[in-house]
Amino acid sequence: MRIGVSEAVAYRAEMIVWVLATTMPFIMLALWSAVATVAPIVSNSGRTYAGSTFTAYFLAVFIVRQLVASWASWEINYEVRQGTLAMRLLRPIHPVISYAAGNLAALPMRSLVTLPVVAIIFLAGVAGSFPTDLRIWALWGLSMLGGWLITFFANVAIGSLSLYMESSIKVMDLWLAGFFVFSGYLYPLDMFPPVVRAIADWLPFRYQIGVPVELMTGAHGIDAALQLLLRQWAWAAGLGVFAVLLWNNGVKRFQAFGG
Amino acid sequence: MIIEVKALKKHYRVHKRAPGLAAALKSLFHREHTTVKAVDGISFSIGAGERVGFLGPNGAGKTTTLKVLSGLLYPSEGEVRVDGHTPQKREVEFLKKIMLVMGQKQQLLWDLPPAETFDLNRAIYEVPRDQYQKRLTELTELLSVGDIIHKPTRQLSLGERMKCELMAALVHGPKVLFLDEPTIGLDVSMQVAMRDFIRRYNAEVGATLILTSHYMDDVAALCPRVIVIDKGSLSFDGQLDDLRTQVRPVKRVAFRLSAPVAADALAALGKVISSEPGEAVIEVGSDDVKDVVGRALANLPVKDLTVENPPLEEVMSELFERSRAARTPEAA
Repeated sequence: MRIGVSEAVAYRAEMIVWVLATTMPFIMLALWSAVATVAPIVSNSGRTYAGSTFTAYFLAVFIVRQLVASWASWEINYEVRQGTLAMRLLRPIHPVISYAAGNLAALPMRSLVTLPVVAIIFLAGVAGSFPTDLRIWALWGLSMLGGWLITFFANVAIGSLSLYMESSIKVMDLWLAGFFVFSGYLYPLDMFPPVVRAIADWLPFRYQIGVPVELMTGAHGIDAALQLLLRQWAWAAGLGVFAVLLWNNGVKRFQAFGG
Repeated sequence: MIIEVKALKKHYRVHKRAPGLAAALKSLFHREHTTVKAVDGISFSIGAGERVGFLGPNGAGKTTTLKVLSGLLYPSEGEVRVDGHTPQKREVEFLKKIMLVMGQKQQLLWDLPPAETFDLNRAIYEVPRDQYQKRLTELTELLSVGDIIHKPTRQLSLGERMKCELMAALVHGPKVLFLDEPTIGLDVSMQVAMRDFIRRYNAEVGATLILTSHYMDDVAALCPRVIVIDKGSLSFDGQLDDLRTQVRPVKRVAFRLSAPVAADALAALGKVISSEPGEAVIEVGSDDVKDVVGRALANLPVKDLTVENPPLEEVMSELFERSRAARTPEAA
């Protein structure tokens, strides 16, 4: 983990560019706030989205997105194609664990980036939009871990496909398309028509971003939160088993070309 | 025996396609595959502490065999055991005993100083800190790396990187070391330093060592025993000297001459390899050396002479030619 942190801070200029690249929630915030200035939006569930609701929502999206991110799929694809996966396989530690450690090692740096956003939450006067019940925050913590596990295992599963096909980057693009539409990253899922919303409930994307954000912005009580967590962790467990099976079988096909 | 390989085969199924747009479109609907027999039924065993050279032309199957032995590749058929382990299971205990160093691949973290990779390996291989410090000090001195382990890897020269690669590979003191082209791209003095270091490591730790290299000097300096593989099949397994004797039972006699000598006079002694004013080299049968040297000393203005083996490169080249020739009738 310590080495991973060192790697994360090795390039200071690159880090600034990376921070700039994660500002999509702020763009969406500006967009939806402008829409809300005309008139508050009432979602299908009856929740009213005014300017401050959007502010709280997208600041939460930014924080959640920073902390549940994973890029293992790109790493695996690169290492399989270049043959450098060989060096990882030689180490007496399961590669899936080493990818996890590498991704988690970036968390301190990512947390640092979220600190100014937490400050904005208080300065913008939207702190009141967040729950005060500590039990909800405890469940939020679990939902963050669940969200990260779903993201990570999906990355590993899709990355493992590169052991079966020439590259699985396009599969990741497909996953990301689903993520952008159904995760709540670009807009609250509340705004979907009931049918589409129901579909989103059965897909994994909502449990990556949407559920932690909803818990963070007080959209659910304890009972509803527990139910959502159950579904989220079911996805995490299912994807975990699927990813490890894909990896373990795929690695038998690894050809380690190129020296 | 620490390494035992029985009837090992590794076959790859490779997609084959002709160049051009038409072939690209055709391959969308119908793909042709071909089977590459990278390793095709080789058997050998290696004792603990041996230093063995694994030789063969490009594409012979050397690296594939090393990758199977280190657990990176699953064999298609056959049995492989390394210190009692089945490599492809990649058990933690097995991985702690071995290391594969590939001259063309690196384990050093590119953006961080090598010292960070060493420390990472210390943690992963669970090397006690005092043992790690001792080994690091030894390796730093043996390889004369000094302060470079604290510079980012990307800023090191190729030679410096290779030294640090070796250090990273040896932090946990592997019992079995697979070296795949460890001196590739290094200058002559660096190659010599690497060879010295590898020999000392083998002597001090008693590690078993398998080396592949296109530099025959590496093999001659490090490996008393060689295994030759060509097109996936084993064509020789024995002592290096036996290989020379078997493939080219000749010696080269190099003369320094005090006066010019007629070409005929040299040709009468043996096959003339080179002839220049003041020096000449002839090749003679191993059994004829004594006779030829006696005649030369009696009849030529010899100031000095040396008797040497033919270069290993030529021995190998001849061996591969013979293997190819032996296969040709079968192919036809």
